[in-house]
Amino acid sequence: MLEVEGLHSFYGDAHVLHGASLTLPEGEVLALLGRNGMGKTTLIRSIMGLRPPAVRQGSIRWKGEELLGLPAHEIARRRVGIVPQGRRLFPSLTVLEHLTTLKPARATGGWTVAKAFEFFPRLAERKANRGHELSGGERQMLAIARALMTDPALLLMDEPTEGLAPVMVQQVERIVLELRRAGLTILLVEQNLYSALALADRVSILETGRVVHEAAASEAGHDHATLTRFLGVH
Amino acid sequence: MNSLNLFQLLNGLTFAALLFVVASGFTLIFGLLRIVNLAHGALYLLGGYIGYAAALATGSFLLAVLAAMASVALAGLALDQGLLRFVRGFELRQVLLTLGVAFILNDLGLLAWGGDTFTVPVPEALRGALRFAGVFYPKYRLFVLALGLVVFLLLWLLLNRTRLGALIRAGVDDAETLEAMGVNIRRIFLVTFMLGAALAGLGGVVGGAFLTLYPGADSEILVFSLAVVIIGGRGSLPGAAIGALMVGLLNSIGQVMFPELAYFVIFGPMALILAFRPLGLFGRAA
Repeated sequence: MLEVEGLHSFYGDAHVLHGASLTLPEGEVLALLGRNGMGKTTLIRSIMGLRPPAVRQGSIRWKGEELLGLPAHEIARRRVGIVPQGRRLFPSLTVLEHLTTLKPARATGGWTVAKAFEFFPRLAERKANRGHELSGGERQMLAIARALMTDPALLLMDEPTEGLAPVMVQQVERIVLELRRAGLTILLVEQNLYSALALADRVSILETGRVVHEAAASEAGHDHATLTRFLGVH
Repeated sequence: MNSLNLFQLLNGLTFAALLFVVASGFTLIFGLLRIVNLAHGALYLLGGYIGYAAALATGSFLLAVLAAMASVALAGLALDQGLLRFVRGFELRQVLLTLGVAFILNDLGLLAWGGDTFTVPVPEALRGALRFAGVFYPKYRLFVLALGLVVFLLLWLLLNRTRLGALIRAGVDDAETLEAMGVNIRRIFLVTFMLGAALAGLGGVVGGAFLTLYPGADSEILVFSLAVVIIGGRGSLPGAAIGALMVGLLNSIGQVMFPELAYFVIFGPMALILAFRPLGLFGRAA
């Protein structure tokens, strides 16, 4: 269980998260919705221990353990993985190196390069290419595969379908569903409402740094008043 | 105006080889830690002095090299863990701190070794000259040329064929994301800092045998190294190699053909390159 409580995060003097809270039971997918600038990426970065933002108040517990104050690599060691916004691949590394370099010694089971290539056959074909030589969809797959190699139980995915062609969006959706079926706990930031509703068990809507609405994904799709009010969807 | 001959060309190449050894460590630190380590020249001179002392004490050039590399790597460890760790994330403070360390090391050097000029003694086998293509050329400088090539090859293998090398490259690309993938970036920083310092120490001994050691030698090599890294692009090994070749050869050309303008011959083209490629020849935006 991931439990975020009363989080206050700042970029310099800019107060971005105003007491954001959410809970995510293990094995579920929670979609974090909200317009641009409402604090979705700030929340993801706060959980992962990336600075900035500075977290001045609140708590982030994962499996009962407080993550706040730990450096990012220690959080990753507690099996929290991230697919960052904008992919953030390493331009100097080949596809294969993205997968082999980050494999932690403790991860004896779980994901291997062979399994990753089975899951993402496109990456196997391009294993000698460098990150910047891939198409947008391939980059996103590599960003997901790279995160999987760190052997996460909780995966933070920040806009995985952003900027992708519709056919690639479908592929990424299929991958998220497969990961969910495999038992991963996923916190998904998604601009695309229909993707989010299709992938998630529950949705939380973030508005000016606070979670203002929570609902099961199956209900949220019919709640037009809320969607219009917070997301501008008609 | 004199024309350039083979002798001067070789002088340029051998100086380039030394510059590469020193600047490769500089560029690794610059690329990964995002700081210009202004103590790099002081570490070079420290390595030279320690190598000189070790060579006198043991009579072995090889031991002098090893002693210099090991002790300067330890100085790097002390600098990183003892000082730089307290100002992490503040680039300007880190740079100023390394400048302060450079001043202190130089004064300590002056205290310990005085203002005299020293030459690290080279082994018997590398004394004298070789005759080829109509020139007599010092064997030792040819050795430096070969050493530059060997260091390039070893560093290339380290960076491109080992897991540590892949981690360093990934850290140069994007340290934050690497840390989010579960890598303790501080440890990578430290290893890189010590490696870079050891290369400065190696340069000090090797350079101390033909450029001599004296107070002020540190800032000369620092300025040249800075030009190399700026031309080549921070964090890039091929960039450091090309940059070293350019600076080494331009320095020779400048000294021979335009002795009054020797510095301009190096920094003029550097400014020109920066006008068109602000990140250097092999540089990439962070």
